[in-house]
Amino acid sequence: MSVLDELYREIILRHYQSPKNFGVLPQATKTAGGLNPSCGDQVEVMVRLEGDTIADIRFQGQGCAISTASASLMTELVKGKKVAEALELSRKFQAMVVEGAPPDPALGDLLALQGVAKLPARVKCATLAWHALEEALR
Amino acid sequence: MDLTALKEDFPLIAGRPDLVYLDSAATSQKPRRVLEALDRYYKELNANVHRGAYRLSVAATEAYEEARRRMARFLGAEEREIIFVRNTTEALNLVAYAWGLRNLKEGDEILVTEMEHHAGLVPWHLVAGLKGARIKAIPLTEEGRLDLSALDHLLTDRVKVVSLVHMSNVLGTINPVAEIARRAKEVGALVVVDGAQSAPHLPVDVKALGADFLALSGHKMLGPTGAGVLWGRYEVLEGMAPFLGGGEMIREVHVDRSTYAPPPQRFEAGTPPIAEAIALGEAASYLMEIGMERVFAHDRTLLEYALGRLSEVPDLKVYGPRGEDRGGVIPFTLGRLHPHDLATFLDQEGIAVRAGHHCAQPLHRKLGLAATARASFYLYNTLEEVDRFVEALLRIHTRYRAWL
Repeated sequence: MSVLDELYREIILRHYQSPKNFGVLPQATKTAGGLNPSCGDQVEVMVRLEGDTIADIRFQGQGCAISTASASLMTELVKGKKVAEALELSRKFQAMVVEGAPPDPALGDLLALQGVAKLPARVKCATLAWHALEEALR
Repeated sequence: MDLTALKEDFPLIAGRPDLVYLDSAATSQKPRRVLEALDRYYKELNANVHRGAYRLSVAATEAYEEARRRMARFLGAEEREIIFVRNTTEALNLVAYAWGLRNLKEGDEILVTEMEHHAGLVPWHLVAGLKGARIKAIPLTEEGRLDLSALDHLLTDRVKVVSLVHMSNVLGTINPVAEIARRAKEVGALVVVDGAQSAPHLPVDVKALGADFLALSGHKMLGPTGAGVLWGRYEVLEGMAPFLGGGEMIREVHVDRSTYAPPPQRFEAGTPPIAEAIALGEAASYLMEIGMERVFAHDRTLLEYALGRLSEVPDLKVYGPRGEDRGGVIPFTLGRLHPHDLATFLDQEGIAVRAGHHCAQPLHRKLGLAATARASFYLYNTLEEVDRFVEALLRIHTRYRAWL
């Protein structure tokens, strides 16, 4: 399978065209934005913390298939998780797409973005929402 | 106008038959002659310039000054009007700081256009912020040209600077600079031209343009990165204080004060990019030998052929004006596909295009788009490459139909 066939799959398409947890989170306790100044993609991640649990999370913004799907899958994965767990997942995701580390099964559907590691020009697209999440949680 | 044989002059292009390089608006490839000029400087001439205590330094200075003469010839300018800088961005910052900071007052206006590259906007934002000057823009028409009818109310005597791009790096629009400069002069405004896209692609005669400044980047016109030119009308340069201070630009220095050398040295503080400037001079000679009329005609041929063939691609949308006042740049989108994804698909087909806002966010806002993909041509591109580009788009359209 080519790099592109591996990456541009049904699941990415679905999350790009109909992203999950998309829109404003009215009771957000933390918000952070991410901007890729070179391409103009932007994302805003909003979380509602209850104690140290991410009770709810949404995102909005505009971006390419990779950045949008990554944000959508991220919200699904970290919703209901403890802050420390979410940060650990962020570390694992970035290890996979930035360094090309072996994928951790804990990343679930985000494994679909594994191929980004082979497209250096697109790594920033995949990590945009994660950087915003980390900023919101810190 | 067939320049196909030129491909062999470009080692990177000749060595990569799998690659169709359509991003010359970002940076051009380099001919062998330019690479050899860089190499020769370090192997045979390397010494600092303008400190000729020995013959090697005199030879280096002579080569550097010869590059200045070539750039003067390239632009129809005088030698003493050619200032070597890093690139267009630095040249425009030089004008904004060295001229703007000393001449703008609160309430003055700087007139730009909606199709400026960020380098034609941000330096003015910085200086206007310090001086309390305001920035206004000439709007665009639907076709992507400047709406000159707006000049009647925009061009008042409050306008002290008209700063505009000669050729848009996104739409390819070639602006009627001479006409705008004439109007600007009627209200006494300084005219600053961003020539980053025009100087590499069309004949530019600064005297005919009637402007006061024109900025260009060497790396977009077959030269190396790190050397560009600011051309300035001598009478204006002569009345200006320096931008950067340091060695080479002085007449006399005391501990607490200094006097400055005349232009162009006044604006070349510190050791300049000697090798790069010499290689840029070589690039200018290469282009002059071919003839800028031919270079432009070649770009135009590729552009018209590409615009025709791109109409075969369903769901493809191209932007920019149609007509003679358009250079070889094509911004495009394919259905709902994000331009970044599209550029990745094209990259896998061996086609190098850029995606994003191309450092022109106000223009994209005007188009109602966050980003576009952009193909841009230069003298080493061919009709056959345009075919490969179009065929790749047709394959992408079929293969990723669900994504559109």
